[in-house]
Amino acid sequence: MNAKLTALLGWVDERFPLTANWKAHLAEYYAPKNFNFWYFFGSLAILVLGLQIITGIFLTMHYKPDAALNASGVPVAFASVEYIMRDVPWGWLVRYMHSTGASAFFVVIYLHMFRGLLYGSYRKPRELIWLFGMIIFLLLMAEAFFGYLLPWGQMSFWGAQVIVNLFSAIPLIGPDLSIWLRGDFVVGDATLNRFFSFHVILVPLVLLGLVAAHILALHEVGSNNPDGIEIKKKKDANGIPLDGIPFHPYYTVKDIVGAVAFLMIFSLVIFFMPEFGGYFLEYNNFFPADPLATPPHIAPVWYFTPFYSMLRAVTVNFFWIDAKFWGVVAMGGGVVILLFLPWLDRSPVKSIRYKGPIFKSAVAVFVICFLILGYLGMLAPTPLRTLLSQICTLLYFAFFLLMPIYSQLDKCKPEPERLTG
Amino acid sequence: MACDDKVDCGRRRLIVATATAGGVAGVVAAIPFVASMLPSERAKSAGAPVEVDISKLAPGQMITVEWRGKPVWIINRTKEMLESLKKADDKVSDPNSEKPMQPEYCKNETRSIKPEIFVAVGICTHLGCSPTDKFKTGAESGIDADWPGGFLCPCHGSTFDLAGRVYKNKPAPDNLEVPAHKYLGDTKIVIGISQDSKGA
Repeated sequence: MNAKLTALLGWVDERFPLTANWKAHLAEYYAPKNFNFWYFFGSLAILVLGLQIITGIFLTMHYKPDAALNASGVPVAFASVEYIMRDVPWGWLVRYMHSTGASAFFVVIYLHMFRGLLYGSYRKPRELIWLFGMIIFLLLMAEAFFGYLLPWGQMSFWGAQVIVNLFSAIPLIGPDLSIWLRGDFVVGDATLNRFFSFHVILVPLVLLGLVAAHILALHEVGSNNPDGIEIKKKKDANGIPLDGIPFHPYYTVKDIVGAVAFLMIFSLVIFFMPEFGGYFLEYNNFFPADPLATPPHIAPVWYFTPFYSMLRAVTVNFFWIDAKFWGVVAMGGGVVILLFLPWLDRSPVKSIRYKGPIFKSAVAVFVICFLILGYLGMLAPTPLRTLLSQICTLLYFAFFLLMPIYSQLDKCKPEPERLTG
Repeated sequence: MACDDKVDCGRRRLIVATATAGGVAGVVAAIPFVASMLPSERAKSAGAPVEVDISKLAPGQMITVEWRGKPVWIINRTKEMLESLKKADDKVSDPNSEKPMQPEYCKNETRSIKPEIFVAVGICTHLGCSPTDKFKTGAESGIDADWPGGFLCPCHGSTFDLAGRVYKNKPAPDNLEVPAHKYLGDTKIVIGISQDSKGA
């Protein structure tokens, strides 16, 4: 390197740990050498987060969170989104990147979480990584929900109406809590303004902090791998794991390949099917919010539908409390139970590669149930579909609640000493 | 707290006391921020009563008006519609309207002041969607073959009869709310004012 640049780096390093951090997190962070396809999604999640923040900044320059009607009788918020789509130079692209980015975020995050499930990445000593990650997932759902209200279409309005009313099901404090959340007795201008505030500042700020905590915790204990064994147990004379390779350049280069492939698919969606057949942008949301009429069929965006199905599955009152409350408990419980995964899995091995037939079948049933619940959540309820969603909800919870038992009964294969590739 | 000879207990107590006082101050300082999210004075005063002329509402018809930002339905029920209510008595979860979802003067078989005119807030008691009217009876309604007419909530499938009573084993816990309303003459209703109250 040029002598002057080296001197400049030295000047910085005396005042800020630049080289030390570069080494600790990239050039001398040793990651297992056998990362496969499933390990793309962590870096892709960061890429999508960056895209959402950048596109969001530019959308905020033109969007107006105002539920009042303009001179032509259209809500100002709804009209400002149409303005971005039609009149702002390249506005359509920025908006479609943001709306497609929301769905892409959940695709990437669900696959990232599934990777954790497959290889036991949540097991000791990585419990905190999993917990931080799950809180990120929760915040991401909140972020998507707040953002979905902003276009102030029919689905925005009625989706927010339903979700805010979930809180009113909580005994005693519920009704007052939902009024406090809305800032009015109905979803209205006050609700739109505060959701805008949460969407652009509160949640992203916390999200960024948690992403940093997620990565710091990961780099403290080191990455898991498809074999689920600790590479730090076998080190060479210099204290470097025998099966580890520096994150940079090996995995930065690998992740660039993932990013390019992702961006190709992402661009295809943005340019050729930004609404994705009504799954990414629902048709009913092209109608301005009408507080007097719910569309004949409402369903949340696809990434919420598995949990929405759980909500609808509960139709029976327990004890003295209404089914409505238990539906909310099932929906919330479906998300919260994931937090406990590190303590539910008692298997002697981490990775699915060495787990036995019971655990493998359980994962298969779990995935099938999750997909069926997601599919049913998009459809209107019928008695048969409700029954099916009840069965799938039971199996979903059984996967977690019975895990301490079946993960111990399972016949696992012995883990290898070194990575197998 | 352990207080051995290496610790200056006086100073430790002072730290605990200041930290507690600071913590209390912090919580108190949060109150204005939390309270600022409650409905504003303007939002609270926006609930003015609404007058509706129902002289042109033919039997079997329904109109929707806005009151406090919510849809309020007014339905002129036919004789057959009123007959269907009796048949539904054993299928609905609160047939006698025991839960206080209506003013005292509407706690009757038809949940209304005049038997045929039904006034209700068109918001499902489950999660706040607005149910769709399904007045066509039988298989034509798309619900089931012996559907007697009523309302279907598109969000979570709750069904209500033509007096807004919720059917059993549906997600909605309560009957539809009947708002306070009052007749000003034969064909004019004001919503938001109780029938018992004097003046308009």
